[in-house]
Amino acid sequence: MPARVLAADSAAGQGGAADASLAADAGAALRTARLALLRDLQLAFRQRSQLVQPLAFFAMVTLLFPLAISPELSRLRPVAPGVLWIAALLASLLALEFLFRDDAHDGTLEQYALSGQSLTWLMFAKTAAHWLLTGLPLALMAPVAALSLGVPARALPGIVASVAVGSVTLSLIGSIGAALTLGIKRSGTLLSLLTLPLSLPVLIFGARATELAINGAPLAAPLELLAALAVLGITLAPLAAAAAVRISLE
Amino acid sequence: MWRQPHEFGRLARRIHSGPLDREGMTHGNLQVENLHLWRGDRHVLKGVSFSLAPGACLEVTGPNGSGKTSLLRTLCGLIYPEEGRVSWGGQDVRADLRAFHAALAYLGHEPPLKADLSARENLHFWIGVRRRLAPGELDEALARVGARTWCERLVRTLSAGQKRRVALAGLALLAVPLWLLDEPTTNLDAEGRALVGSLIAEQLARGGSVVAAVHHELPPEVRTPQRLELAA
Repeated sequence: MPARVLAADSAAGQGGAADASLAADAGAALRTARLALLRDLQLAFRQRSQLVQPLAFFAMVTLLFPLAISPELSRLRPVAPGVLWIAALLASLLALEFLFRDDAHDGTLEQYALSGQSLTWLMFAKTAAHWLLTGLPLALMAPVAALSLGVPARALPGIVASVAVGSVTLSLIGSIGAALTLGIKRSGTLLSLLTLPLSLPVLIFGARATELAINGAPLAAPLELLAALAVLGITLAPLAAAAAVRISLE
Repeated sequence: MWRQPHEFGRLARRIHSGPLDREGMTHGNLQVENLHLWRGDRHVLKGVSFSLAPGACLEVTGPNGSGKTSLLRTLCGLIYPEEGRVSWGGQDVRADLRAFHAALAYLGHEPPLKADLSARENLHFWIGVRRRLAPGELDEALARVGARTWCERLVRTLSAGQKRRVALAGLALLAVPLWLLDEPTTNLDAEGRALVGSLIAEQLARGGSVVAAVHHELPPEVRTPQRLELAA
């Protein structure tokens, strides 16, 4: 009996130690990811042109449509969801090239891969920073573009929500594409060929959510599908991006 | 002693919990057996073997294009060799690459610094990603490499030699047992080369290992390094 108690005790002790070491590992991973995120944010605010370019592109594209189709709001309103989403998709694609390029060039990615920390978490942090710097600003700017296309003001919260959630997935898909094309010079075209087909579900559900918002209908269904895609991406994309970075560094 | 034993301690714990728990493993000697590496149709590494005890330094020489950088990148696991094996502390490094990475520092041709951050910010993020920094440690390391007066300047405004010095400060701060250095004295003045020499000598004195690829000889502060010459 005492022997059994002892055995149980030591088993519990080992379990506790393993838990503690797991918790320490998770703590280290989070601390690492936080620092990587802060580094990218700080860098972005030192090179503001990279922040502004996708936004200016988004504004330009949405402004071209009233000029090309018709300034009549009744004709613009039906195409507004498509215009908004294609412009957002292209703008986020434009920003992707910057995601890893500088880090690969100056050796930061190499140091990340050799840091002894989880590269998956570091990729997650980089992608999160990328979304904060491009996806979120795009979502905040979408109402301005939407109003210029004749979208009623009551639709704006729905549009902001759908662009915000949809751009999470766009950033994540883009991180895989950007990591895969790291070693290639002038990778822009290949990057768009890789990522655009994967972005189609986001485009479909995003445009649908925007259309429902404009019509004043409940848009929970497409929004939830966008959120589901984002969750899937958050779970898998950093793993794939980390593997792709390792291949590109070889 | 290691200034910050945190990383090394974790490595030791991982190795001890592994299946290959043998005596002397945490001393971490580096063993390289019969490395063959092909890049395209070029046979770059043709059967490289060596063994490096704790406290020893290996000087890798050879003409341009002889594979010095490829050897270092293969050692740290960035490149997969076609044949051969690298082991650290008696265990194949591929078995737990992350634990091995936690024990090594690799400095390539270019110092891994961000042009738009200051020298101090660079070190804060670069080292901080790997381990917790105690207050004052950064200042100490920056003063050691003579960067006290210019450590707040953006790296884009620094000279190549100053960038190299910042990288050396990072190397010292990492406090890991294995250093892999690619041309550590490039762009440095005489005083800077002496600094590299004394940093390496200190690393060896506390039982660390150093593999350095060099064109010129290592500074005289490094006494009796082992030599490995790669053929073109």
